[in-house]
Order: sequence, then structure tokens, then C-alpha cells
Amino acid sequence: MIKLVNVTKSFDSQVVLNNLTLEVPPGKITAVIGPSGEGKSVLLKHMIGLLRPESGEVLVEGEDITRMGRGSLNRVREKFGMLFQNAALFDSMTVFENVAFPLEEKTRLSATEIRDKVHEALGHVGLKGIDKKYPDELSGGMKKRVGLARALLLNPKIVLFDEPTTGLDPIICRAIHQLIKDTHARFGFTAVVVSHEIPEIFDFTDHVAMLYRGEILEMGTPAEIQRSTHPVVRQFITGSLEGPIRFV
Amino acid sequence: MPNPVEQLGALSLSLLREMGRMVNFLVYALYKIISSPGKPIHILKQLYFIGAKSFFVIFLTASFTGMVLGLQGYYTLTKFGSEGMLGSAVALSLIRELGPVLSALMVTGRAGSAITAEIGIMKITEQIDALRTMALEPFKYLVSPKIVGAVIAVPLLCAIFDVVGIYGGYLVGVKLLGVNPGAYFHEMEKSVEWKDVYSGIIKSISFGVIISWVCCYKGYYAGHGAEGVSRATTSAVVMSSVLVLIWDYFLTSILL
Repeated sequence: MIKLVNVTKSFDSQVVLNNLTLEVPPGKITAVIGPSGEGKSVLLKHMIGLLRPESGEVLVEGEDITRMGRGSLNRVREKFGMLFQNAALFDSMTVFENVAFPLEEKTRLSATEIRDKVHEALGHVGLKGIDKKYPDELSGGMKKRVGLARALLLNPKIVLFDEPTTGLDPIICRAIHQLIKDTHARFGFTAVVVSHEIPEIFDFTDHVAMLYRGEILEMGTPAEIQRSTHPVVRQFITGSLEGPIRFV
Repeated sequence: MPNPVEQLGALSLSLLREMGRMVNFLVYALYKIISSPGKPIHILKQLYFIGAKSFFVIFLTASFTGMVLGLQGYYTLTKFGSEGMLGSAVALSLIRELGPVLSALMVTGRAGSAITAEIGIMKITEQIDALRTMALEPFKYLVSPKIVGAVIAVPLLCAIFDVVGIYGGYLVGVKLLGVNPGAYFHEMEKSVEWKDVYSGIIKSISFGVIISWVCCYKGYYAGHGAEGVSRATTSAVVMSSVLVLIWDYFLTSILL
């Protein structure tokens, strides 16, 4: 479904992705874990063509999106939905307008059909009666759920989650994870979740990849990753201060 | 440490790159206006924002500009015994020069800065990326409607500026200083030609392009965080205003 082959990306002189290769299995939830600032979001943005690598290939259903023009890239992006770290809701629009926006712009549905679909999508994420609220009137968890409703509205084949639970309390955090699991079970999309929520991430994902210094150190099932003997992986999942991962 | 020649070279290259990027931005925005014009509601919203909401500031500026022109013109013209020419002097100054330039500067301050801040905030909060991930073209929603809106709104605001300014001059010249009202309008009618009016319109249209282009560009490429947006906004207002004045000189020399 998504395959990154020998992808290298740097900003100024700092190499963020270093000859990285990763294959995301179709129809599964794959988590990308790793310390903050290691390029997890950069990796996600390469998958949807928001960033282009200096070298390497990003294959989405066999097509290399790194060499595509805007038109072809938009055709590939039709397959995607994305939930951003801060939800990226349009702050001058109400919740209803935010969720309705892709339908209004990309379909020829009537106003009634759009209204029904928006209410259905908001119902899926457990939000009702907040149509007229603006994003700045919502809590962090509510914003993420509205973002998720918007991302899932056009039934994407692939959904990317960029740190969906950062900054949320443990209960909302668990609720969002459950929501990802439930919506995945309902819609069957391929999901890539960037997160450093350990150990919660192991509860609802099918595969986990550890990103460190621009490379995928290990990839496997949650159980395999938890049994890993790699010192970097071990230090990260145990949250130990001692080990090869340096922090400032 | 790089030598001064290297520094100058690097600065020149960076300026050239920036200019190239700005021109590319404008060309792509114009291409998008033609190739996928989008829904009229997006343009109407911009017309309301850039045009209708600037009405009050334009009205106020135009009134006082006209009044000052009336005062200054009267005292200069009385020296030559030609105060009857006041209407003509006020109208020509406004229609040819002050109307287009001052209305453009007012729109830059009121709407241009807001355009840069809006797009800049959308950029730093990943709202532009969100549009891209939905396979929607950001230019279609954020840039093209603003350029079309400005190209329509700025000449209309300029026309309002001219009319209000002429009546401001009338108020001071005729009502306060006693110039003959018939002479005020008759001299104006005799001296203002169609060429003066259309040169003002052409200037306004081009100023509309400059303001929307520079302000959208600066917002689209705003730096990081609140400081980045603040810098972009300042830079957009300064650059738009300076470009309006420079372009005004060149257009005037062509259209005279």
C-alpha cells in the first residue's frame, strides 16, 4: 500500500530521514514510534506528498509520488485522510462547516445530504450538538475528534494520524485510541499512527516501527517490539534515562 | 568568515531567488484564476472583506484629503487670482494621483495586513497542509479569490475616494472659503478628461494586483510561530506600500 524506499531528507544541514525504508501493510494499523524530534511527522508528510525527499521513492499503491506533478499528486491524495497534531481545523469556520468543507468542495451532494453526512460523521466520533461552535471553543480532545470526522468523511483508503493524543489527558488519550481502533474496524482503512504514547500504542496497533536517527531500527508486531533486545528500542519503551538515547 | 564580495553575491542570489519565487507565485495564482476559478461565493466574501469593510476608512481619508486639497489649493490659487480653478485642481489631483494611491495605501493597511496574517496563521497551524491533504488546491481558496476581489474592490474604492474627496474640497472651498459653486464644478468638468479617469482606473486595478499578490505571498511563506506571522505582516505592508508608490511613478510616466 505505502512503501518508502531509501528515502533521504534533510533540512539545512541536518539529516532527518537517512536512507529510510519502510513498508506499511495494507488494511492494518501501523504505529511509528520514536523520540521527539526524530522526524516522525516528516516521515508522515512524505507519505502524502506534503514533503518531497532529496532521494528515494515513496510508493503509494505502486505509484512513486515523489516525481508527480500537482494534478497527479492530488489524484493520489484522494485516497488519503489525515489527522494533524493540532487537528488543523479551519479556525474561521464552525465545526459543521469544517466537516462539511470537503463534501461541499469535492462532491455534488445537496445541502440536506451534506448535513446528514456531517451529522453521521460527528456521531461516529461521539460529538453531537456542537455544529455551531468554533474550533477555539473546543477542548483538545474534541478538536481531534472533529479532525478525525473530517478526515474520514470521504471514506479514505489510508488515514494518517500525526500524534493524535499529544497534550491530552490519559482518559481522553485512551478514548481517542479506542476511536481509532473502532473507526478502523468499521471502515477498514490502512492507518499509520505517529506517536510516542508508550505503552498504550501497543494495545491497538498491528505493527510498530521504531524510528531513530532517520532510520527504521526495528519493525514488528507490538509483542515483538516489546520483546526487542535492541538497546535503543528497550530504552525508549521502558522510558529509562540510561541508554544510548541522549536527551537535552 | 566570508569576504564582502561573497556576502554581496549571496545577498544578490537570495534577492533574485525571492523575486523569482514571487513572480512564480503570481503567475500560478493568475493561472489558477483562469483554469479553476472556484465558487463565486469565495470571491464575494473577499469583495465584502476588502471592499465593503474598507468603505469607512476610505470615506474618512477621502473627506479629509479633499478638504486639505481645498484649503491648500485655495490659498495657492488666490495668489494668482484663479480660485475659480479650485474644482479643477482638486479633481485632477484626486482622480489622477491621490485617489488611486491613497485608497491603495488604505486598503494595504486595513485589508492587506489582515490577508497576510490570515494566510500566515493558516500556514503555521497546518491549515494549508490540511487543504492539500484533502486534494484541494490552496491557491483556489486562499489566493485567487483575494486577487480577483482586490482587482474589483480597489478601483471601486478609488472611485468612492475621488467622489468623496471632490465633495470634501467643495465643502471647504465653496462652503467655508466662498468659491463660486458653479465655477467649482464647471472648471472641473472642463479640465477632467476621460484619459484622466481611465488612468486612475488602470492604476487602481494594478494596485489591487500588487496588494493582494504581495500580501498573499508574504502570508503563504510566513516564518515560524507568531513572530514569523508578525514579521510577514509588517513586511507585506511595507513592501506593498513601497511597490504601489514605485509602480505609480512608472505608470504615471507611461500614462501622462
